[in-house]
Amino acid sequence: MTDNAALDAAWAIDWLRRSAAVVAENRVHLIELDRAIGDGDHGENLDRGFSAILEKLDAELPATPGAAFKLAAMTLMSKVGGAAGPLYGTAYLRAATAVGDAATLDSATLATALAAARDGVVARGKAAVGDKTMIDAWTPAVDAAASAAADGAGPVAVLAAAATAAEAGAVSTDPLVAHKGRASYLGERAIGHRDPGAVSSAMILRAAAQAAEASS
Amino acid sequence: MSVGLVVVSHSAQLAAGVVELAAQMAPDVSLIPAGGMDDGGLGTSLEKVMTALGLADTGNGAVVLTDLGSAVMTAESALEFLGDPENVRLADAPLVEGAVAAAVAAQAGACLDVVCKAAETALNPGRGAADGAPVAGGGAEGGGKVAAVLTLINPMGLHARPAASLAGKLGAMDVDIEVNGVDGQSVMMLMTLGAAQGTELAVSATGPDAQQAVDLVRAEVEAGFGEL
Repeated sequence: MTDNAALDAAWAIDWLRRSAAVVAENRVHLIELDRAIGDGDHGENLDRGFSAILEKLDAELPATPGAAFKLAAMTLMSKVGGAAGPLYGTAYLRAATAVGDAATLDSATLATALAAARDGVVARGKAAVGDKTMIDAWTPAVDAAASAAADGAGPVAVLAAAATAAEAGAVSTDPLVAHKGRASYLGERAIGHRDPGAVSSAMILRAAAQAAEASS
Repeated sequence: MSVGLVVVSHSAQLAAGVVELAAQMAPDVSLIPAGGMDDGGLGTSLEKVMTALGLADTGNGAVVLTDLGSAVMTAESALEFLGDPENVRLADAPLVEGAVAAAVAAQAGACLDVVCKAAETALNPGRGAADGAPVAGGGAEGGGKVAAVLTLINPMGLHARPAASLAGKLGAMDVDIEVNGVDGQSVMMLMTLGAAQGTELAVSATGPDAQQAVDLVRAEVEAGFGEL
């Protein structure tokens, strides 16, 4: 495949596997971030959810990217337990709806799917940019993906742009006071800590870009 | 068959306890707990919620009650997964009081929207009590206030069953109705009156169905709620 080739089910499956790997690798890191300003279960919960996704992928491989996203949605919502379950689950569910039965996803569809995923997180969690949540990673990622796609970038570059913007977005949560979730009870004590949901979002979006690069 | 309830909690024990409590007043209602994770840990599970919804809805729909934060999100996700079914309502209500109020309303045969409203008004006397002033001037305004003073004649007064039945029927009408200053469409508020035999009920109603609503209360009270 070339850099401009549309991404297929194999990419979506590889993305999920890479997400599981990076979450497992950073389990303790995410737990520590969450312990500073939350209830300390983010790393463990996400790891449990993505491990369950791996088990399902071992049993049966989805035939389309949309089917892979739906599998991820259902599994995360059932296995994560904390707020990350319905939030990430809704993100994947809306992405699945956005791509439908398409066998492959081009740049424009990827950008649309990311926007739909972000909109799902907003609908579920009611957070805005600046609230010190995963939206601080997602919204810059969606904007970067949209402008890369509009500039004619291929899927690999679109996802790389999204991941880079998400990573910067996660860093941008450091000086913020939280307005959602348990961290919002801490007031100014949350300042100086990075939001664990924004960090895990950036990791997962980077995994999407790496899977795309590996498939090209 | 009545409307069913699903109780979503982070804790399996909490969900089971709420169901136990609500079942005491609603022996014939499908009350399904969806608490904790599949492995028994604390958290909420989409699969558990979806399974519970299937069990709770026996043909007349189901109302979902939730505890904190992500339980609400998981319940919302379950409804989204199911394509936002017409026959399920997510109640914005306190878990324990809401579940008991909804169960009592469901037991009395109230429809889906009324059962949901029973949950959502379980804690709060609602709009009626605070805005008594404009109504007090009443009688003259165009909307037309309909009022009556009725005396309870049945030995047990306005206890749980007639309260639920009354609130259920009134809940289906387009009316704002107060009974001794509380919302007549709320099972819990009617029960808090503790109105025994001989108690006078001051009923006042406004809205398109006001006359019909007051007539209904009059007929029910005069018939002793069928308990004479």
